[in-house]
Amino acid sequence: MSRNLIIGAALTTLFIALAAISFLWTPYDIETLDIPGKLQTPNAAHLLGTDHFGRDILSMIMMGARTSIAVALVAVGIGMGLGIPLGLLAAARHGSLLDELIMRGNDLVFAFPSLVIAILITAVFGASAVNAIIAIGIFNIPVFARLTRGAALPLWERDFILAARVCGKSAARISIEHILPNITNLMIVQGTIQFSLGILAEAALSYIGLGAQPPTASWGRMLADAQTLVSIAPHTALVPGFAILLMVLGLNLMGDGLRDWLDPRIRVVRT
Amino acid sequence: MIRFAAGRLTSLVISLIVASIVIFAVIEVIPGDPAAFMLGVNARPDTIAALRAEMGLDQPVIQRYFAWVAGMLQGDFGTSWTYKTPVSDLIADRIWVSLPLAIYALALSTLIAFPAGIYAASRRGGAGDTAIMGATQLGVAIPNFWFAMILVLIFAINLRWFSAGGFPGWDNPFQAIKSLTLPAIALALPQAAILARVMRSSLLDMLGEDFIRTARAKGLTQRQALWRHAVRNALIPVLTIIGLQFSFLLAGGIIIEQVFFLPGLGRLIFQSISARDLIVVESVVMLLVFVVIVVNFLVDLAYAAVDPRLRTKS
Repeated sequence: MSRNLIIGAALTTLFIALAAISFLWTPYDIETLDIPGKLQTPNAAHLLGTDHFGRDILSMIMMGARTSIAVALVAVGIGMGLGIPLGLLAAARHGSLLDELIMRGNDLVFAFPSLVIAILITAVFGASAVNAIIAIGIFNIPVFARLTRGAALPLWERDFILAARVCGKSAARISIEHILPNITNLMIVQGTIQFSLGILAEAALSYIGLGAQPPTASWGRMLADAQTLVSIAPHTALVPGFAILLMVLGLNLMGDGLRDWLDPRIRVVRT
Repeated sequence: MIRFAAGRLTSLVISLIVASIVIFAVIEVIPGDPAAFMLGVNARPDTIAALRAEMGLDQPVIQRYFAWVAGMLQGDFGTSWTYKTPVSDLIADRIWVSLPLAIYALALSTLIAFPAGIYAASRRGGAGDTAIMGATQLGVAIPNFWFAMILVLIFAINLRWFSAGGFPGWDNPFQAIKSLTLPAIALALPQAAILARVMRSSLLDMLGEDFIRTARAKGLTQRQALWRHAVRNALIPVLTIIGLQFSFLLAGGIIIEQVFFLPGLGRLIFQSISARDLIVVESVVMLLVFVVIVVNFLVDLAYAAVDPRLRTKS
């Protein structure tokens, strides 16, 4: 295993653990306000300090990790759940009108500026975590569809697929039983990358007020709240920012590391 | 080439048509009546009816869609409900912030990425390469609006070199450019990181090519071969990315404009969203999508003009 993979997996595990622990315990209740104790810098009682309402920032980071991970994970789920079947279908019916339609549809979604459309969707349907998930998820679909089709097409030329066809298996069964297992590694690597992009997108949407709504904690909104306080209490802006940075960095490093680790051929080429 | 261009043009037109339908439909499917949505909960029924008539909501959907598209084709984007001025005037005012910002950021991104990418490729595997690649990992992972806040904290609040936000207008070009500098840096950084990586890997691909070996064989040093032959060829994929980044920067500016209180298209969209001024939202979003799709089309075309191999692909 490479150093990238270890550092990346460690960072990712840290944030997943923080999110998981927050279901059972946080140092403080984030819905209890403590105005006299506001804007404390990090100290023994509040390891990462407190915000403008006196809420414990570490507790909010833990709860925010939950929101970020949930939104990004479901958005990747939407992308994989719809994109992979579409890609498999396009590859199985390569050259058909259906293939053409799926790929042109993909190009179309790619052509849209995703941020603008996400803003439009959340503006019209209301700002909420669910709408943020949908807005981010839609743009994951063509990523997985294109990748799946590209990886599946050369597989269809291989002898073991020919053997399966000779056995009388249908295209659908071949896609699921023979093509899918062979592209799983690729999907895991891409899933990690899309996951990290989802974290960034969720933070951006929450920052402009179109993501998760109060009282749900979210890193992006913590930054929006911190913006006017940055000169008097820089830690309120630094802590959530570093949380996003480290989580995204961890996922990216893990994605790079996984790609090298899961695909020995790339490893040979690189060294 | 003409066939390729015609093909791309067809898909450009289809993209634009579908985009306009999607944007129109999203506004259309707002739960309830757009007029009631815009006026809020306390509106009187006769006010709503008046706005419905003014917005043409009493006409069939299809007719309204065509009226909207026909209007835009003639440069008429409708009239803002809150500003009471033509949307095209609002856009014309603000494009002079958003467009220069995007161009400024693009220039910065390119100026950072080119030397960084070339240096990393020429020192492949060395300390400089590792440092630059590490920096690009950070650059890709930093949320740019947070980076913007950090820039404000350091350069506006502590060092007082720049103002923390706002835009003085183009009457004094020096002040205008100065006030766009921090936003442009914040916008450019993640793009520069991506571009530097593309530049590096594209150069490394080129350095493995036969023509570089030939250049070395005729007596050029590795550095001469890199500058005279590899860089020029490596630029093709890099230029595509630059083209795509422009549209990204224009759209990405929406959030950065919020951080720096810049009166650009992004702020116009947000103000219109909170004022429920849907006509403005609809038209500005359509305009941004239009620019992005057209820029992507031009990039495709330029790419194919430079590299004939690509014409057969699509």
